[in-house]
Amino acid sequence: MRAHGRCGVSASFREPSFVADAVRIARKDLLIEFRTRSGFLSATVFAMLSIAIFRFSWDPTAVTSIDLAPGIVWVIFTFAGLLGLNRSFGVEQADRALDALLASPVSREAVFAGKALGNLCFVLAVQVIALPTLALFFGLPVAPEWWGVGAIALLAAVGFAAVGTLFAAIASNTRLAEMLLPMLALPFFVPVLIPAAQATSKLLAGLPLTEVIAELKILAAFDIVFVAACTLAFPFTLEE
Amino acid sequence: MTSVSAVESRSTTARPLPAVDWLLVLAVLAVGAMAVRAILYTPADAALGAVQRILYIHVPSAILGMYVACTIMAACGGLFLWLKDDRLDRISESAAEVGFVFLTVVLATGAIWGKSSWGTAWAWEPRLTSALFLWFVLLSYLVLRDAIENRDTRARLSAVLGVLALLLVPFIHMTVYLFRGLHPDPVVLQPGKPKMPPEMLITWLFAVGAFALLFFALLRLRYRWATARDARLMLEQA
Repeated sequence: MRAHGRCGVSASFREPSFVADAVRIARKDLLIEFRTRSGFLSATVFAMLSIAIFRFSWDPTAVTSIDLAPGIVWVIFTFAGLLGLNRSFGVEQADRALDALLASPVSREAVFAGKALGNLCFVLAVQVIALPTLALFFGLPVAPEWWGVGAIALLAAVGFAAVGTLFAAIASNTRLAEMLLPMLALPFFVPVLIPAAQATSKLLAGLPLTEVIAELKILAAFDIVFVAACTLAFPFTLEE
Repeated sequence: MTSVSAVESRSTTARPLPAVDWLLVLAVLAVGAMAVRAILYTPADAALGAVQRILYIHVPSAILGMYVACTIMAACGGLFLWLKDDRLDRISESAAEVGFVFLTVVLATGAIWGKSSWGTAWAWEPRLTSALFLWFVLLSYLVLRDAIENRDTRARLSAVLGVLALLLVPFIHMTVYLFRGLHPDPVVLQPGKPKMPPEMLITWLFAVGAFALLFFALLRLRYRWATARDARLMLEQA
């Protein structure tokens, strides 16, 4: 993994490999998640239950399911995602594992990238389960539009994971911990949720992908700005 | 990084607060004079009626609460992360709190104006929606500060939130304008500033000045209070 050329630093200095470090941390988090399954199970069960409950909260003769589904699915992703985000620094708080992580020769930006990558996988996994459930329970047509919805979900999940990971790190340092996370993060999810829900609704209504360019642009811009900003800001959230 | 300088900059000068805050007195007088001028000497809008005069509170509060307060909060937050000077953190804290009050005034006066002019106290109109989300961001900033005991941690984490909040604002603007694309406005909003007759414009500019004075007077008062609080904490811990 250290196959890159020397860059003029002293031999005692470990040449940092940002990507490899990040992948290793993400792998560690996902392995913990895979072995315990607690976060993923609770998030997917929560998502599926909410979809089922929402189905009974309105009169299907008054509002068609295709009008309701996009809003519901994005609300559910948000809250299911928050369940996972809370865990991502919760596991590091136990036995002060975070101290060991910070003491290791890994740059703090790489710690953030790894954590965010792990959370991204978590959110995507929840989406992979929740979207078919939604299609099934709401009787949505299985059509090529779903590729577009998948692309939107991916773009939205990147911004969601980046901002969510940073705020999970912040919230884990407070008295209120996981109770504070939704309050901090939800205003920041607005530029993700509104375009994503709108684009989903347009695509499910049968409009072509060219009709959602504006939404995709906002999502992509949000991803770029906030992935960069959160990576730079993360080292400041840690004890010095 | 430099914990030494953080400790040095903490030397809060425990100067006694003056008995009368003259800047605040001046600001309150200016706002009072502005109200007299707006009510007695400025004609009301022919179409909107007397309620239009709420403009002289609403728009200056919006400028100060949304733009000035949030910029100060974020700029001082960013500078704090760099310089680690406690004073910057106190300015940030004060700007967020005073800005929150001004933004609350914006939302409240907006609802009153809306109820009378549009027939509804709340419309999901882009500017209104942006103001609401900004209000939530400031609120969460204040709650975050409240939820952290340690002063260094509090200053650091709230500075991060403050800086990110400034990045968020343009995105919220873009998003809510996009949202309007699907849902056209029910009414024409916000009587345009450019077409304001000269008497109104002068009153309005006076109002901006008076509210700016009030804003900075409150900011200074809140900052002094924070300094006194931190000085007391220092003494208690010593």
